[in-house]
Amino acid sequence: MLSVITFLPLAVCAVLLLLPPRALSDRACRWVWIATAAADLALVIALWAAFDPRGGLQYQQRVRWIPGAGVGYHVGVDGLSLPLVALTCLLFLAIAVYSLRETKRVRSYVCLFLFLQSVSLGLFVALDLILFFVFFDLSIVGMFFVIAGWGHGERARAAALKFFLYTFIGSLALLLGFIGLYLAAEPHTFDIVDLTRTNPLAGRGLYAGLVLLAIGVGLAVKTPTVPFHTWLPPAHTDAPAAGSAILAGVLLKMGTYGFVRIAMPLLPGSWRHYALVIVIVGAVSIVYGALVALAQTDFKRMIAYTSVNHMGYIILAVGAAGTLAGTDAQARSLAVTGAVTQMVSHGLITGALFLLTGVLYERGRTYAMDAYSGLTAHTPRFAAVTAAAAFASLGIPGFSGFIAEFQIFTGSLASQAVATAIAVAGILITAALFLRALRGMFLGVPRLPGTLTTSGVADLRGSEALSTVALLVVALLIGIAPRWLLDVIEPASHTVITLVAR
Amino acid sequence: MNENLTALVPELSLAGAAVLGLLAGAWLPRRRQWLIAALAAVACTAGLVATAVTMATGREQTVFSDQFAVDAATDAGRLIALGALLLVIGMSVETVRGHKRETEYWVLLLLTGAGTLALIGANDLLMLFAAYLLASVPAYALAAFAKDARGTEAALKYYLMGALLGTTMLAGSALLYGAGHATLYRELRTTLSAAPYGLVAVGLVAVLAGLLFKAGAVPAHFWVPDVTDGAPTPVAAYVTTLPKVGALIAGYRLLHQALPDSDVNWPLLVAVLAATTMTLGNFAAFFQTDVKRLLAYSTISQVGYLLMALAVATRTDLAQKSLLFYLAAYAATNLAAFAVVTELPHARTLEDYRGLARRRPALAAVLLICLLGLVGTPPTGVFLGKLEIFSAAIDGGYTWLAALAVANTVASLFYYLRWLAPLFTTTAPTPADAQQVLGRWAAATAYTAAAVSLALGIAGGTVLPFIIGPLLP
Repeated sequence: MLSVITFLPLAVCAVLLLLPPRALSDRACRWVWIATAAADLALVIALWAAFDPRGGLQYQQRVRWIPGAGVGYHVGVDGLSLPLVALTCLLFLAIAVYSLRETKRVRSYVCLFLFLQSVSLGLFVALDLILFFVFFDLSIVGMFFVIAGWGHGERARAAALKFFLYTFIGSLALLLGFIGLYLAAEPHTFDIVDLTRTNPLAGRGLYAGLVLLAIGVGLAVKTPTVPFHTWLPPAHTDAPAAGSAILAGVLLKMGTYGFVRIAMPLLPGSWRHYALVIVIVGAVSIVYGALVALAQTDFKRMIAYTSVNHMGYIILAVGAAGTLAGTDAQARSLAVTGAVTQMVSHGLITGALFLLTGVLYERGRTYAMDAYSGLTAHTPRFAAVTAAAAFASLGIPGFSGFIAEFQIFTGSLASQAVATAIAVAGILITAALFLRALRGMFLGVPRLPGTLTTSGVADLRGSEALSTVALLVVALLIGIAPRWLLDVIEPASHTVITLVAR
Repeated sequence: MNENLTALVPELSLAGAAVLGLLAGAWLPRRRQWLIAALAAVACTAGLVATAVTMATGREQTVFSDQFAVDAATDAGRLIALGALLLVIGMSVETVRGHKRETEYWVLLLLTGAGTLALIGANDLLMLFAAYLLASVPAYALAAFAKDARGTEAALKYYLMGALLGTTMLAGSALLYGAGHATLYRELRTTLSAAPYGLVAVGLVAVLAGLLFKAGAVPAHFWVPDVTDGAPTPVAAYVTTLPKVGALIAGYRLLHQALPDSDVNWPLLVAVLAATTMTLGNFAAFFQTDVKRLLAYSTISQVGYLLMALAVATRTDLAQKSLLFYLAAYAATNLAAFAVVTELPHARTLEDYRGLARRRPALAAVLLICLLGLVGTPPTGVFLGKLEIFSAAIDGGYTWLAALAVANTVASLFYYLRWLAPLFTTTAPTPADAQQVLGRWAAATAYTAAAVSLALGIAGGTVLPFIIGPLLP
């Protein structure tokens, strides 16, 4: 079942590539993509309906792949991965709908995104370190071509190269860490479940610390956290809107998901030992990301930096979950639940925001905030949806962001009071920067970039509105009635903190 | 004394086909000389079948006073070398078809292939040197096959360097013989540990010099870019692939069998050589604009990764399987890249590849697979090879070497992407005549090699068990 969900987009991609170029019009390609994404989402919903939250890892499938090297094909989902699998499918469907207006080399574009969807789903269901790594690396390859091929001009190629080199270094650090785990286990294996059970690095001191360092750096680059975030702003700024939405909504989660899936359960001793370092990195990312975002004049770059801020909350929470002193299991479990909820929430809201910046660029050919003013007069729907997304992103109650951040703060406060207090300041700065951007662009005297006439600005079109509003509606749903999501996550986060505490 | 000739069927079939081909070629009209190519392919296939039979029936043995070992490493090496030779034959077809020296080309290729096979099984210093000569001398002639200025210069450089390091190797063998009173690895293993330190150290370095020359590793790498650039492309593909297979397996056998207990700290020496080779190869490749020179330096850096396995030859059980698997994956991937270059004879610089994805999507896909493969992106074979080799290096206590190899892998990405990125640009593509294709054989070779490279990554699990087995003394 999981394999079907994972490889369905890839199979469609292969079919599209094998058909002769003339056999399928661009229009048909786009609709095939939407149908595939919708089918995949339907399958995930069916999976969710049959999922038993207290059942641990489910839908497991384990096939011998390269037994000589300790590598197997092992997939399964639990409460940590299922929400992210669902988020991935939803976001890719939204992108598919949004891209109905894409006209540039449509077939390759559709194939790339189908490929990326398979890779992302594969990463979230992988229960083998090498399988995880394979998908981790392929996601970098796929995104490289999206940015280089459909980004904004020559600059995009430089940004894509930087993105590739930077995240590839990270992935190789990750590989070194995985090899460290593999060699420590007896018998040698890359299987996450087996490694979790045997905990091979318990009491190995410096060796375990170095393995955590390698894995931590690898995941931190992907997340990204300060100081490994410098690839993110150019990649986002020069990527096409759909690429940005996937990059922020799904690819960044691969880093944070790695923390809860691999770093915490497999290296519990070192995780506890270095929890304070992780908390500090999280707190710095929160404040630094917010402050740098405040200084931006480019709307898309600003949102890119708020991603650094939002990922910082997750790092803070997983760090706090490793601090046993002055706290209880319930608080730590709450922090992990908050972290997973934040992953989903950030994917929905920031995904929507990046799609909206795409609309802005398509109309005005610039992201510069001071080029726009009083947009509400020309594009009331666009202004309303953007405002809703911005408020959701700054953590207003009623949207998913609030549920996530509230849980993170409550869970972290007991053990890491100072860091949490600093982190709360991040919310304040985020609020300020979003409000400032909204005021500057949407209110005041109507003014547009010089190249445009007022009649040339169209409001949100059907496909654009559908894709962004749908994402925000789900965020709203989580914000108002979060139990359906939390019921799935909570047992899993309880398992994680039990594993960390051993 | 075991004189079982059936154990040497692969070597004998190549040598026999060479003699037969030379005789037949003298009588055949030029348009029928393709028969010699068919003969060469049949000889390779016969060798492959014989190797498969040996593996299936477990007929591992040493023959001729234990001078030649037929064991797991030899079997794997034979499969790699013969498979690679078939691919080289496939990509050469158009280049030499109807050439007035077509027969000579195939014969030389068969002879140097036989030399490579002899290197793989050499279990004795004299056997090693004889194999070195048999593998090298025909290759010098092949490098100058086109008889043009660049090819002649390349061949001369190749020959002089080979002659110099060959004599060094012979002198080293003499020193080791003097120190250990034997040339057989099995006997050297016991006698060398009691021999004078200096003698063994100098002798070993001198013998390694010859092997490093064959493998194209620092500091004996100077010929690689010139020969790759000057020789016909299929020959370039040959000299950057097969001699490496032979030399690295020969080096592994020498270090593992003759010097496991020696006082000489050769693991560190090889580790430093590996480190400088991969780093230097990468740095030199950075700003190359000529695809053949870029590939040449890339092959140098790949030898650096392969040498990591030699450095930990006696320190971990993972060394042998990682070396053999990496060699197989590297051979397929590198040959696929060279096959694409052969297929596009007019595209010499990176710029000439602009827009290839639109004009020749299949060739661009092959390049995508093999260039990303050479970096070590999953799921290609080289990725699995790198995984194994890094694991071996860390397990053998050379974590710094593995970390350096990772850094080098990232650096290598830079120049491979410099080649890949123009493939997919759509603005201002190169004029079509720069991307004219040569013919079906080279293209088919490219597809086959790329498919093998991918298959080794995805189905590596079925391959790995075959390359595990002890070396015979």
